[in-house]
Amino acid sequence: MLSFYVHIPYCVRRCGYCDFNTYTPAELQDGATLEIVSGDYIDAVLKELAAAPLDQVPTIFFGGGTPSLLPPKDLGRVISAIKERNGVSEDCEITLEANPDSVTQEKLDQLIAAGFNRISFGMQSSNPEVLKVLDRTHNPENVRKAVDMARAAGFSSVSVDLIYGSPGESLADWAATIKEALSLDIDHISAYALIVEEGTKLAAQIKRGEYTVPDDDLMADMYLLIDQQCLQKGLKWYELSNWSRAGHQCRHNIAYWKSDNWWGLGPGAHSHIDSKRFWNVKHPNAYKEKVFAGDSPIKDFELLTDDQRKSEYIMLALRMPEGVKKAALTVAQYERTMEYIKSGHVIEKHDSLALTPKGRLIADRLTHEMLR
Amino acid sequence: MPAISIAKAPQPAATNPAQIRNFCIIAHIDHGKSTLADRMLQITEVVEARNMRAQYLDRMDIERERGITIKSQAVRLPWRSGLDGQEYILNMIDTPGHVDFTYEVSRSLAACEGAVLLVDCAQGIEAQTLANLYLAMENNLTIIPVLNKIDLPNAQPEKFAAELAGLIGCKVEDVLRVSGKTGDGVADLLDQIISQIPAPVGDPEAPARALIFDSVYDSYRGVVTYVRVVDGRISPREQIQMFSTGVKHEALEVGVISPEPLPSKGLGVGEVGYLITGVKDVRQSRVGDTITNFARPTKNPLGGYKDPKPMVFSGLFPLDGADFPVLRDALEKLQLNDAALVYEPESSAALGFGFRCGFLGLLHMEIVRERLEREAKLNLISTAPNVVYRVTMEDGKEFVVTNPSEFPDGKINSVKEPIVKSTILAPAEFIGAIMELCQERRGVLLGMDYISEDRVEIRYTLPLAEIVFDFFDQLKSRTRGYASLDYEELGDEEGNLVKVDILLQGEAVDAFSAIVHRDKAYTYGVMMTGKLRELIPRQQFEVPIQAAIGSRIIARESIRAIRKDVLAKCYGGDISRKRKLLEKQKEGKKRMKMVGRVEVPQEAFVAALATDADIAKIKAARKLES
Repeated sequence: MLSFYVHIPYCVRRCGYCDFNTYTPAELQDGATLEIVSGDYIDAVLKELAAAPLDQVPTIFFGGGTPSLLPPKDLGRVISAIKERNGVSEDCEITLEANPDSVTQEKLDQLIAAGFNRISFGMQSSNPEVLKVLDRTHNPENVRKAVDMARAAGFSSVSVDLIYGSPGESLADWAATIKEALSLDIDHISAYALIVEEGTKLAAQIKRGEYTVPDDDLMADMYLLIDQQCLQKGLKWYELSNWSRAGHQCRHNIAYWKSDNWWGLGPGAHSHIDSKRFWNVKHPNAYKEKVFAGDSPIKDFELLTDDQRKSEYIMLALRMPEGVKKAALTVAQYERTMEYIKSGHVIEKHDSLALTPKGRLIADRLTHEMLR
Repeated sequence: MPAISIAKAPQPAATNPAQIRNFCIIAHIDHGKSTLADRMLQITEVVEARNMRAQYLDRMDIERERGITIKSQAVRLPWRSGLDGQEYILNMIDTPGHVDFTYEVSRSLAACEGAVLLVDCAQGIEAQTLANLYLAMENNLTIIPVLNKIDLPNAQPEKFAAELAGLIGCKVEDVLRVSGKTGDGVADLLDQIISQIPAPVGDPEAPARALIFDSVYDSYRGVVTYVRVVDGRISPREQIQMFSTGVKHEALEVGVISPEPLPSKGLGVGEVGYLITGVKDVRQSRVGDTITNFARPTKNPLGGYKDPKPMVFSGLFPLDGADFPVLRDALEKLQLNDAALVYEPESSAALGFGFRCGFLGLLHMEIVRERLEREAKLNLISTAPNVVYRVTMEDGKEFVVTNPSEFPDGKINSVKEPIVKSTILAPAEFIGAIMELCQERRGVLLGMDYISEDRVEIRYTLPLAEIVFDFFDQLKSRTRGYASLDYEELGDEEGNLVKVDILLQGEAVDAFSAIVHRDKAYTYGVMMTGKLRELIPRQQFEVPIQAAIGSRIIARESIRAIRKDVLAKCYGGDISRKRKLLEKQKEGKKRMKMVGRVEVPQEAFVAALATDADIAKIKAARKLES
C-alpha cells in the first residue's frame, strides 16, 4: 500500500502567518496565466510520479498552498494517472484542501467528477477580527455556503480547519468559532494552536509590538474547550489536533502517524518508504527544472535507525487515543511516566499508556521525558 | 636635538647618580599617560620612528584595549637637558592607575624621587589620581603638575591649573601644559623633570639594597623582576637574596629597559632595571621585597613590604563542566604572574565544579576573568562578589567567611565586615545624588571640601560590601559619568548582617545565598525570587521559590505548573523535523541541573547571576554576531 500526497505550491496571496512552501503564480512565471502555470506544473508532477513504487493506493491528499486554486481537470489528471498506474483501493480516500472563497457549485461538481470524495475547508475562525489578524481574505459567511455546496456536490466527508490562539483572540471569541463550526454540516474538525513562525509577516508584527501572543494558559483552556465541545457533538479526538465522527477520520493522516508508506509529489514534499525518509527540492522552479531534465527532484534522504524508528513511534503514538504500547517501552521509560500518571497527565490502560486531555497539552514534554 | 644615542649615553652600572632622575606619571585612565609616554620614547629617540606604535609600553592586549596599565614597568631614557646642556638618564616608571592596585602604586612611588601629575585639562583631577597624589606627597616625592591634551577644543587649562595649584600648593604658572598627541611641551617637561626632581642618593659601598617594584612572568624567561637599586650594586652572575623569604637566587641576567630589555654589566646606586633569576613564579619575587647580596646581606630591609591581601571573593565556574581542568590550568598559569590572586576548588549544586577566587578588588576580578576567558578560551560564570566576613558565635568560636554558603548556622554573636574610607570627586551639582547613594549604602559622611569653585571632594566611610555591589555603576549613572571614586581600607566593623538563602522547592541553591544587611534582606529576596520565577521554565508541578533567613521565609514566588508544551501540527515533513528536535533536546538535557526534583537549565542560573554589565556584554556580542 502506498499513499500519495500531492503538493500544490500556489496561493492567490500569502497569508500573514503562513510559512508553507507556497507562492503566487505570478511570483513564479511572470505574465503566464494560471492555466499555463497549472498545466506545466501538473506535467512535472506526472513525470515525478513515474519514479514511485507501484503498490495499490488507499489515500490521496492534495495539500498546499491552495489546491482548489487549480482547475479541477488538472487535479483530475493526477488522480487518473495514479488510478491507471497503481490502482486504488475501492474505498480510496481522495482529499482536497480548499479555500472557502475559491469554490463554486460548478467547481465542486467538477471535483467530484475528477474523483475527489473528501474536502477540507480552511475556515480558521468565524471572527472577522481574528481573520484580519491572520491576514485571511475569506468572508466567514462563505464557509457555510461552501460546506453546503460540497454536500450537494456529493462529498462524503467534509472537514474544516480552525486556528486558535491568535493575537487578541479571547476564550469567548474562540467559543463562538467552535459553536459556528459545530453547527455546520461537517464530520471532521482539525484545530491548531497558532504557531508564530520565524520570518512570517505575523512574526514581524509581533516583534514590532503591533500584536501580543496569548499566553500558554489561555491556549491550554482553548484546547480543552474544543475537545469538550466536539465530544458533546459526537466528534471524538483521534489525534491531538483532530476530531471526527465515527468512520470519518482522515485515513491519509493516520498513514503518517502510523508510519505507513507514502509518497509526496511536488516541490518540498516529503516521502516515507519503509525506513527511508526523503524530500524534494523546495522551490517549484528548481523542482520543475530537475524533473523536466529527467533528473530526480529528491534533495536529500535519511535512513532511520531502529532507535529513531522507536522515537518516532513514541512521539506519534502518544498523539493518538490508543497511546503507546507498554511492550514498546523500556522499564526505565515506563517508570519515568509513573509521576505523570500520578499527576493526571497519563492514564494506564491494560497494555498501553495514553494521554488525558491535560496530558495531551504537554505531549512534547512527555515524549521528551520518555525518550531521554 | 637634545636626544643622545643609547651607545653614547652614560651606561648602566657606570652612571653617576647625580645624572639620574627617577620619576613616575600619576594619571587617571584616559588622561593620556600612555600617549605622553609614547612621545617621550619618540623625542628621546629610544624607539626609532619606524618602530613606533601607539601605547608602546602596554604589553597585554587587555592593557591596550582598555587603556589601563595593569602592571608597571620602567624605561631608561637618555636626555640632554635644554637648560644646562648636560647629559642625564631619566627612568620613567609606569604605575598602575586603579584603586585595586594601590599597594603596587605605592611601591612604584617608593622607587622614584618625583612624580609627574598628569591631568586631562578637559576633565580635571579624578579621585584615584588624587589618592595617588596624596600617596606621592606622603612619600616626599617632588610633584610636577602637568595639564595634558591642551590641543582639545574643550580644554579648560586655566580652571584646572588653578585646581592643581590649590591641591599641591604651587603657583598657577608652575603648572606645565603639554599635548601628548602633538608632542607640544614634552621636551620642556623632560627638562623640568631634570631641574626639579632631585637625583637619587645612596651608598655605593654599602651592602646592596634594591626594591622590587614589579615582577612579571614571561613564558620564555621566567620571572622578570623590576628593581630600583638604593644602595650598593647588583651584578650579573652574583648570588642575591630575597629579604622576606631568605631564599637565594643567582642573578642570571641584569639589565635595563630601553624600551626593549638590554643586558648590562649591572645596576648601580639610583638605577632602575630588571633582573632574571630563573624562578617561575612571581610569588617568589614579591613586589615590595628587598633584594640584597647573598654574600654580604643588608640588615635593614627597605620599608613598606606587605603581603597582598585579597579583599573580594567570587566563585568562577566554567559554563561547560568539561572545561574544569582547563580552568584549573589557566588559573595556575595566571598565578605565576599575579601574586595577589588566590583560589581554591569549590563545588556548587547549581553551577558544578569551579574555584573560589580572591581578588584585590573589582577591577582585578574583571581582569582575571577576562584573561581567563581570552587566553584559555573559556566561557565562565561568576557568582556575585562578596567580601570577607568575620563571624563570632555565641560560644566564642570564630569563622572567617569568604563564601556565603559557608556562613555558619546556629547562634551568632556578631558579624564583622570590612569598612573603607572612600573619596568621591564630582561636580558640585551632583552632591545631592552622591549623598543619597552613599546613605542608601550605609555610608557615614566624613566631610566635604571644594577643590575648585564647582568641584567637590566628598568623603564617606562605607562597608566594602556595598561598594562591591554595583556601587561604581550607580555612581557613574547618577552623576552622568562625572564622579570618580577611590577608597582605602579602614578595618573591620560590626554590622547587622544576615545570610539570605534562596530555596527552590525547599532546597537552598548555593550560588544565590548572600550575606546582606538585615534591612536589605527583603529587597534581595524579592529581587532574586522574582528573577528566578522569570527564568526557570514551568515544570509539571508548581515550584515555590522562597527567600529565607534561617528558617524564616521573607519572600515567596511560585512557578505555576506547565500547562502547554506541544506543537499542534505533525504531518509528513513535520515528523523528521520533530524527531530531530527531540534528539537535540536530549543533548540539551545534559545541561539541565537538578535542584531536588526541579529541572533548571544552566542558562537560567547564569542569567540570574548576570549583572547589568554582563547582560550588556552579552547583547553587544550578539549584535556583533548578527
